[in-house]
Amino acid sequence: MSYHSHADLGGQGACGAIVPEPEDVLFHAAWEPRALALTLAMGATGSWNLDASRAARETLPDYAQLDYYRIWLAALEKLMAERGMVLPDEIAAGHALHPPVPVARVLQAAQVPGVLAKGSPTARPTDAPARFRVGQAVRMRRQDGTHHTRAPGYVQGRRGTIESVHGAHIFADNHAHGLGESPQWLYTVVFEGRELWGPATDAGQRVSVDAWESYLDAEPEGAA
Amino acid sequence: MTAHSPDHDDHEHEHEHEHSELGEMDLRVRALESVLTEKGYIDPAALDALIDTYQTRIGPRNGAQVVARAWADAGFRDWLARDATAAIASMGFGGRQGEHMQAVFNSATQHHLVVCTLCSCYPWPVLGLPPVWYKSAPYRARAVRDPRGVLAAFGVSLPADTAIRVWDSTAELRYLVIPQRPDGTEGWSEAQLADLVSRDAMIGTALARSPADAGAPS
Repeated sequence: MSYHSHADLGGQGACGAIVPEPEDVLFHAAWEPRALALTLAMGATGSWNLDASRAARETLPDYAQLDYYRIWLAALEKLMAERGMVLPDEIAAGHALHPPVPVARVLQAAQVPGVLAKGSPTARPTDAPARFRVGQAVRMRRQDGTHHTRAPGYVQGRRGTIESVHGAHIFADNHAHGLGESPQWLYTVVFEGRELWGPATDAGQRVSVDAWESYLDAEPEGAA
Repeated sequence: MTAHSPDHDDHEHEHEHEHSELGEMDLRVRALESVLTEKGYIDPAALDALIDTYQTRIGPRNGAQVVARAWADAGFRDWLARDATAAIASMGFGGRQGEHMQAVFNSATQHHLVVCTLCSCYPWPVLGLPPVWYKSAPYRARAVRDPRGVLAAFGVSLPADTAIRVWDSTAELRYLVIPQRPDGTEGWSEAQLADLVSRDAMIGTALARSPADAGAPS
């Protein structure tokens, strides 16, 4: 199976300006807050997890042409259609045409503060020892392009250093595809800018990513 | 934020242009909401509660209070450095998209900048919903490669010998930048200090306002 994310933008030559905006501007159209709330409320039904949402969004063929709430809506429609929950003819008609699919939960207004305050922590207990330690040299593996991953392309194959060890967390790559939580040790790995972007990069520039253990290989100490 | 007025005009202009299309999106979202309600998947009152939460209760003023306390209280600052999730929870902020928090501290020699190159991960309990630019392709593409160029887009210029660290939020850790406390704020209350802290300063695309700037309209 081939999997292509349109969302892996780090280091890409994206055109267009970065346009700052005042912090009291939350939405840019009347439908945006409804789209946000629909996405959160449907997420709360437990029909998919956040990693599956991210996978649905990043694989939209027109990802680059859509603004963010349009991406969310298109992914929401895709996730529901895949599960037979809402079909395109129903959205076109504006009312239900097929029987509902049972859902685990329906978020009620009174539950909103509690559900948001609880969130979905991803830390999990593990008996496995951590394979890497702080200060150790590692290299990011290249991903094979067959599944969702949180390993950005710009660090794949690059050498970095373990900066912190965060315990075991739900492994997004499996979780996104319904393969369970399969928790793995999670590390912050820091890279020199020059390792990523070449010798002209500022000496003090560094970038870190948070990487699960299976993204990493041990690197001989002292090698560059 | 002094770049307010030109931006404002641009936004008004965009809104006028988008009106015909906005109608189409309005209809589509309304249709979707009707179908989901009919099918019993959602409670429309819960949608109102969600929107109200992010419009009135969860936003960057939360984070500004955290920063102000870190500036005013060395014990809290240490706690924030050691266990940001717990320290921030002690102020009543936590949960969705802030389950695992880390605070990163700017200094005279080190500046921090936060991005999510893969999507739009952002610390919601302390900063609310991300601004459009944070989710946009140009920011996500450039932040990791050319952070000084990104800072320039925000009118920020750092000394050449200030090291810049970019945090790409690739897992469920969420990062809050603690900007440097401005000079001339000795003895200020936490509420006064919080007014110096913009959302952008907590992402790393701005510095904290100086007492002189804080007098200007923002």
